[in-house]
Amino acid sequence: MYFESLSAVLQMDGHGGFVWSAYLITLVVIVYILYAPRRREQRFLRQLRGQIRRNSGAAAPVREES
Amino acid sequence: MWSFFHKLGSPPWLYRISGSILRWLLPLTLLALVAGSVWGLLFTAPDFRQGNSYRIIYIHVPAAVVALAGYYVMAIAGAVSLIWRMKMADIAMRACAPIGAALTFVALVTGSIWGKPTWGTWWVWDARITSMLILLFLYLGVVALYEAYENKALAAKACAVLSLVGTVNIPIIYKSVDWWYSLHQPASIKFTGGSTIDPSMLYPLLFMIVTFYALFTCSLLLNMRAEILQREARTGWVRRLAGEREPG
Repeated sequence: MYFESLSAVLQMDGHGGFVWSAYLITLVVIVYILYAPRRREQRFLRQLRGQIRRNSGAAAPVREES
Repeated sequence: MWSFFHKLGSPPWLYRISGSILRWLLPLTLLALVAGSVWGLLFTAPDFRQGNSYRIIYIHVPAAVVALAGYYVMAIAGAVSLIWRMKMADIAMRACAPIGAALTFVALVTGSIWGKPTWGTWWVWDARITSMLILLFLYLGVVALYEAYENKALAAKACAVLSLVGTVNIPIIYKSVDWWYSLHQPASIKFTGGSTIDPSMLYPLLFMIVTFYALFTCSLLLNMRAEILQREARTGWVRRLAGEREPG
């Protein structure tokens, strides 16, 4: 490892703020581009399930009563 | 060969195969991202002129390289969807746009942060940086144009044309550092002739570039899966899938 202590890693000779903020922003974007499509898929499947359930409920209300 | 193309055009097949690819590619990519970042941040020597700020290279260059490559993928998918009316090509084109925009954004922001300690400024209207900003607008343009049309077939056509016209910008970005007097440094990695970067810095950089390609692939597949389901909402296989995943 190049650095000798944790504080040296964080400070990076005065460039730490630049380097770490760049990495942090990148991390946020990476999490977003992986998480957003997943969430879209899950939300769609949930909606579709609700729709299917409603339709099947409307088609056979009599059966539930008897 | 033809049967492969035939399969590629089949939504359920692509949905299934992308699921099994993602199962190993996604964890591998995340692991490589962590490993590559640690390598670049902690296990390389600082640049003799730029000091430690140069460590931003390990995310800046991969993001920029893959943002450009992603534009090719989008434009080629657009051309295929325009010429052969292939549904999957249209889905791929649409899936590329938000990822490309995100990666271009990363390249611009990390470049800006890198610019402050190196050039003394956050932003300059430099040829390389301005053409990258245009790339961001092209990506966002495709996203917005798609949403603007009610008729999705028409939207696909308009987006394909926009992405094809936008390819003019790609060689401009590549050559901008040679054509204009630019603050941005010229390319460090060259396929012809010697690279101007030390192997101890080159290897982690190449590793991160490959990892960002994998990241792009993962996000592309995830976006395509969501898009496939929405477009095929009325088909039996999607309804069965929704039913299967019902908890309880």
